[in-house]
Amino acid sequence: MKETLRQVAIYGKGGIGKSTTTQNLTSSLAEMGKEIMVVGCDPKADSTRMLLGGMDQQTVLDTLREEGQDIDLDDILKRGKDFNNIRCVESGGPEPGVGCAGRGIITSINMLETLGAYTDELDYVFYDVLGDVVCGGFAMPIREGKAQEIYIVASGELMALYAANNICKGIKRYAESGGVRLGGIICNSRQVDGELELLKSFAEKLGSQLIHFVPRDNIVQRAEINRKVVIAYDPDSEQAGEYRALAHAIDDNEKFVIPEPMEQDELEQLMMDFGILEV
Amino acid sequence: MQDLVPKEFKERNSLVINPVKTCQPIGAMYAALGIHGCLPHSHGSQGCCSYHRMHLTKHFREPVVASSSSFTEGASVFGGRANLETALKNIFAVYDPEVVAINTTCLSETIGDDVTSIVSGMEIPPGKTIINASTPSYVGSHVVGFANMVKAMVKQLSEKREPAQTNNKLNLIPGFVDPGDIREMKRILEAMDIDYILFPDQSDVLDTPLDGNYKMYPDGGVTIPELKDTANSKATIALGALASQPAAFELEKMHDVKAYTLKTPVGIKATDEFLMQLLKITGQEIPAEIEKERGQLVDIIADTHHQFHGKKVAIYGDPDIVISLTEFTLSMGMKPIHVLTGTPGKDFEAEINKMLKDADWESNVAAGGDLFQLHQWVKKEPVELLIGNSYGKLVAKQEDIPLVRVGFPILDRSVHSYLPKIGYKGAMLLVEKISSALLDRKDRDTDFELTEFVL
Repeated sequence: MKETLRQVAIYGKGGIGKSTTTQNLTSSLAEMGKEIMVVGCDPKADSTRMLLGGMDQQTVLDTLREEGQDIDLDDILKRGKDFNNIRCVESGGPEPGVGCAGRGIITSINMLETLGAYTDELDYVFYDVLGDVVCGGFAMPIREGKAQEIYIVASGELMALYAANNICKGIKRYAESGGVRLGGIICNSRQVDGELELLKSFAEKLGSQLIHFVPRDNIVQRAEINRKVVIAYDPDSEQAGEYRALAHAIDDNEKFVIPEPMEQDELEQLMMDFGILEV
Repeated sequence: MQDLVPKEFKERNSLVINPVKTCQPIGAMYAALGIHGCLPHSHGSQGCCSYHRMHLTKHFREPVVASSSSFTEGASVFGGRANLETALKNIFAVYDPEVVAINTTCLSETIGDDVTSIVSGMEIPPGKTIINASTPSYVGSHVVGFANMVKAMVKQLSEKREPAQTNNKLNLIPGFVDPGDIREMKRILEAMDIDYILFPDQSDVLDTPLDGNYKMYPDGGVTIPELKDTANSKATIALGALASQPAAFELEKMHDVKAYTLKTPVGIKATDEFLMQLLKITGQEIPAEIEKERGQLVDIIADTHHQFHGKKVAIYGDPDIVISLTEFTLSMGMKPIHVLTGTPGKDFEAEINKMLKDADWESNVAAGGDLFQLHQWVKKEPVELLIGNSYGKLVAKQEDIPLVRVGFPILDRSVHSYLPKIGYKGAMLLVEKISSALLDRKDRDTDFELTEFVL
């Protein structure tokens, strides 16, 4: 494995745009010539849809269920459609209401290691993880030897910040015994009042940074409907530029911290200071 | 009920009947007992730990101690960190082992407890050691659990000397075999004047004499300084690909200690290969004593050849042992027509099929199979002998076939764990067992007036 291999986990509240951000971010990094593996850690298996041009990928866990434990890497790892230097893996998982999705993530990441998916030429491995760190399984990507840096996708809404703060508690737990650090907060804008300032201040309170503010733009929607990432759908658009800026900021990032999560009161006070809760 | 086993074979996906494998932690616990002064610890609920101890005790007829994190409903919801931390404090305070080897269980694996990070955040009393291995039983089998724990030993303990300096020793990983086998390996190494680190070493742990004194931590076992020093050895021989190779590869990856994987030396060919590899690595010579044993074995096989030749046999059990037994029976002129292991893995089938191809022979071969499947095979194509663990007894009884007990677990016969099945001596004992089983049957089935005294 490369000394410089960076393993990155992306967390954030459900529906905040983790998968969209991760795919646009990784394709921008791919455009810079980086070799990348994206591991979708969500039972919905939609973390690589835009990279692959559709959801035709067989997930690790489906393969495991259908073919048993003797799996070939080629069965579960597919190259991106527009960006050949991105390898896509979907962990998959059970349908809602049955089984254990957390265990599914542990199983698929172990499986990738056994099958030798972590090859020498990789520059980045990204884990796109579902919602909160709700159980031990969802912490798998940040356990020893795996992702060393984490970015949290958030917006200016209270619940998004609440979730981000909660995730920081999980990171802190693992950071103290392992090497995982928070690399920053990515704002996926919802165009709420004072969002930029709020997010900056929030990130600072955690001891971290707002690594990039991604504005809201309908082009993301249009690209998504066309099963493409923005820089493949419209490479010259302003939004493509924003994702490139995010990619550069992460590629150059040197600020990795153990976050200091806030108390609930403190978090609500912060919201109030920025005028959102004012009538 | 065995008489209801149908001949017709039907595809089964989600049903195992009479498994030929057991839990990963049983293997992990057995491996851990091969470390001197080690208390195996089971991170899960108490039932797991009790079963694993009991199973080992029944095979070895020796007390097996192990502790448990003793999960409750609360631990399953909130994670087992608090239980493990308290357990370890109590263990060092009350039982004072030198080493604690933690294995996980299905429950702690499923809730995602990260034992490595829990342990790394703990204060360990000075001079004490903790290692841990991940051993979910829904993956692999007890042999995989054994391999995982042995790998953890080298991964978490081996240390290169500063400055780099070889210890001129050979690492030997014996695989999932009995204390009697380990003693025989040591005898061979010592006869050849080879300096070695053998791990895990359960001799003098699970074959201790009855002298009136109970020792919670018996005299045997590989020591922590020895395990650390495995990084400085000139090579590693891993006996048994499934049980031993992962640790050997880890040492090669971490410290460039060359790894050689060989078959478990059961039978003449596998023992030859083992000795030849020892020669190649160390430059020592084969002592006359060992050479004589080989000659005796060849003589025995030649003298008794007519008893085995062409006899159809079914072999089942753990993959490393079954592979070597298949090779041995083939070299004795027997016909292994059904070969099965409960441990999953394509490599097993490939290895057996290669052997059969070389012998110009075809058989039923399955990895991840069960005794129901073996029984069906036997019903369809009868055999004259079964070789495997105690669980084949039901097939043997129902089909009226003699059973030679070799492997793990053997719960209904004793002394086996004290005697070798490896090396030329072990092969002699195997020939004796197989020959007696076949001839006892022949005597039983021969009419009085035709009964011979010389066979």
